[in-house]
Amino acid sequence: MPADFISNLYVFILAGFVGFELIKRVSPLLHTPLMSLTNALDAIVVVAAIIIAGRHETRLTLILGAIAVAASFSNMVGGFLITDRMLRMFKSGRSKQS
Amino acid sequence: MTSADLQQYLDFAYIAAVVLFILSLKFLSSPARARWGVLAGEIGAALAVTATLLNPEVTEYKWILITLIVGAGVGIPLGLVHMTAVPQRTALSHAFGAMSAAIIGIAEYYAGTAPVTRFEMGEISLEVIIGSLTFTGSLIAAGKLQEFLPQRPIVYRGQNIVSLSVLAGALGLAVALVVHPTNAMLFPIMVFVALIFGVLLVTPIGGADMPTVISLLNSYAGFSAALLGFVLNSKVLVVAGALDGSSGFVLSVIMCKAMNRSFANVMFGAFGQVQASAAGAKEERVVRSASAEEAASILEAASSVVIVPGYGMAVAQAQHKVRELYDALTKKGIDVRFAIHPVAGRMPGHMNVLLAEADIPYDRLVEMDDINGDFPQTDVALIIGANDVTNPAARTDQSSPIFGMPILDVDKAHTVMVIKRSMNPGFAGIDNPLYYLNNTLMLFGDAKQFVGAIVRELGGGH
Repeated sequence: MPADFISNLYVFILAGFVGFELIKRVSPLLHTPLMSLTNALDAIVVVAAIIIAGRHETRLTLILGAIAVAASFSNMVGGFLITDRMLRMFKSGRSKQS
Repeated sequence: MTSADLQQYLDFAYIAAVVLFILSLKFLSSPARARWGVLAGEIGAALAVTATLLNPEVTEYKWILITLIVGAGVGIPLGLVHMTAVPQRTALSHAFGAMSAAIIGIAEYYAGTAPVTRFEMGEISLEVIIGSLTFTGSLIAAGKLQEFLPQRPIVYRGQNIVSLSVLAGALGLAVALVVHPTNAMLFPIMVFVALIFGVLLVTPIGGADMPTVISLLNSYAGFSAALLGFVLNSKVLVVAGALDGSSGFVLSVIMCKAMNRSFANVMFGAFGQVQASAAGAKEERVVRSASAEEAASILEAASSVVIVPGYGMAVAQAQHKVRELYDALTKKGIDVRFAIHPVAGRMPGHMNVLLAEADIPYDRLVEMDDINGDFPQTDVALIIGANDVTNPAARTDQSSPIFGMPILDVDKAHTVMVIKRSMNPGFAGIDNPLYYLNNTLMLFGDAKQFVGAIVRELGGGH
């Protein structure tokens, strides 16, 4: 088994636990923004897409990479945008009166 | 600066991005600071993208720039959709995310920068299978939510056997690829079979189960990104994918618990089919109905009101009228709160977002476990477009398909009022004994119009 795999597995398991603990603490009130925010974070696959397209090894990999750049970047931009829009709407009764 | 130095700086940028991503989720634990979470995530993402553009391996800038602009051009309108369209937007973004992960895996396979070992072949195959099935599955889910496709479960005899055979086929092809990594013919067939499986997986699932399905697809999309991180040896992908995957997983577990069902039952149970036939054989029972005028006078006499919103409120776009009702009652000194069932609506937290959009303060939105004890002291429970989550049969009737599902105990309120179009059983076709109780009044009509009529009677209309 390659050494990279083992170190990635460490990172994966630790990050999974961190994610689990953090998500459990998010109030059900914010579950929809939570989903759109993690979607935007997950769109970080755009970095892999940029590398694939940027290497321009073959025409096929350029095309595939370019599609992936557009799709994941749209998730990143749209995900952050809609999460912020939703969170702005959540106002407490006290802050509303002030 | 040598390229090795540069590489180190880029790695530090990725580490900073990962830290910011974790902080981003941490900020979300408090509604007051949640927006900082978006900012942290944005800075992290910007850092990672900038670092990647500086990577010396990247030589082709023209197409990257064009596709980034195209991506922003698609993403901005998708970030500006109306709040009622958020579930289908979310499903569509799962599809985009999973498609990206699958496509990058496919490109990596065809790039052939290094001789592919059996181990790597296994990683790529698994990653591409999960990404592909999540892509088509999420598209079907988005189609159902947008009502391009019927929301009812589409089922046929032997469905589960067919679906599982297709999945077994995809996995079998992956094993064949691991054994014969050089057999290039198998790879596209495997991708195709995985795409088909995604369609078969979600088609039989009904609209009422969408909160669980969206959460599950979220977790698949995350895990496919994490697996891609394994394939490309990119820790930032592994972390972001693990965070997204665990988030989807936690939400799926919460949704399943809120319906007292297992994953397997949601995915392969085709809810709402079996019992639809059983519902027809009931004898006529007495139902009491009331007009908007009567409803308004009962509400006026109350000192505490709990409103229970459901998917029907979203469909009727009634949330703004509900806010007017909230204002009119609050002005009269009546305590108004909202009871939110975890699976109300079409995705986790759907009702909260709609009510927040209508400017209802979030401290008035109360979760099921916190409000259930208060129903016996509640004067009026007003149900707007919710059905199964208020069905007392879930507590008492062992033969009911939803027996054991945690529900909002609205029947314990002094008066129950239900706004409903007609006596037709709800989506799942399950009869609701709540409607025949002595303390229940049915308010027949469209949710938006009926709430508007009550507001006018209360003298608070515009």
